[in-house]
Amino acid sequence: MARIEVDMNYCKGCGLCVDVCPQDIMQLNSEIMTQKGYHPATCVDQDACTGCTSCALMCPDVAITIER
Amino acid sequence: MTTTTSSATAVAPQKGKVLFARTPALTDTVTNYCPGCTHGIIQRLVAETIDELGIEGTTVGVCPVGCSVTAYDFYSCDMVQAAHGRAPAVATGLKRSCPGNTVFTYQGDGDLASIGMAETVHAATRGEKITVIFINNAIYGMTGGQMAPTSLPGQVTQTSPYGRDIETAGHPIRVCELLSTLDGVALAQRVTVDSPKNVRAAKKAVRKAFEYQIEGLGYTIIEVLATCPTNWGLTPTAAFGWLRDNMLPYYPLGVYKDVKAGEGEK
Repeated sequence: MARIEVDMNYCKGCGLCVDVCPQDIMQLNSEIMTQKGYHPATCVDQDACTGCTSCALMCPDVAITIER
Repeated sequence: MTTTTSSATAVAPQKGKVLFARTPALTDTVTNYCPGCTHGIIQRLVAETIDELGIEGTTVGVCPVGCSVTAYDFYSCDMVQAAHGRAPAVATGLKRSCPGNTVFTYQGDGDLASIGMAETVHAATRGEKITVIFINNAIYGMTGGQMAPTSLPGQVTQTSPYGRDIETAGHPIRVCELLSTLDGVALAQRVTVDSPKNVRAAKKAVRKAFEYQIEGLGYTIIEVLATCPTNWGLTPTAAFGWLRDNMLPYYPLGVYKDVKAGEGEK
């Protein structure tokens, strides 16, 4: 079990992490808007995260930190 | 990055192992690239390589004109801005005056393959010990999506609304294949960043290029097939699909020259 933290300051809501996640636990949160006006990505089920770091590898804005 | 350390101290009792965090060679600046632009991924790979090799204090980057120009805001190492296409010439001066430094250029296709082709070819044939990170997204990004030398046959752009006509505009340039014929080139490799697997492969290639430069083997170029979702008019995900369907057949991935592995290997 790993913990994903998305930094709202960097995230631009491009959705690449959502597409690449093998566990389908990343989603764009339409209820939040970042300072730049994007819907940021969030992890909806931290328990299901395997820590594969695929989302972080694909994140163009280096917004994702993953800890185990 | 600061958030990593602060969150690590917040959960102090269970000291979590950090699997992935922002690398120190990147500044805290938010990039001004469009959402989903792969420039961010490639810059991170270069920054991670700089940190892994421990050369941040002796590395100088050169960024010419294009979307890549803003990179000087995002790296912690020294950066120099060059005139359009002249990055290899500036990098040559930097490397020759300070041979102990590691010098890399970060150039787009509209920069390296058109106005900067002369500098690129001559720096390569002189075997300048610099590393070139070449971003090929088949279009001029910053100026609004005009046809680039690497735009594919039939590709619709702002300046080729009926598709690139090879009768009048010629054929796209395959830069790695072109440069691999020159003796001064130590490494010419084409990679892409459309999946985690390919991102890892691209990272290895970037690291290899920096290592070859440090060993003084010669000119190294890593061509990265990238996307431009905004000017292609696609979502970031669909842009990767377009890259796989159209760019990969024309620009095959692979090692085009590697002095350590022997010439002609692919």
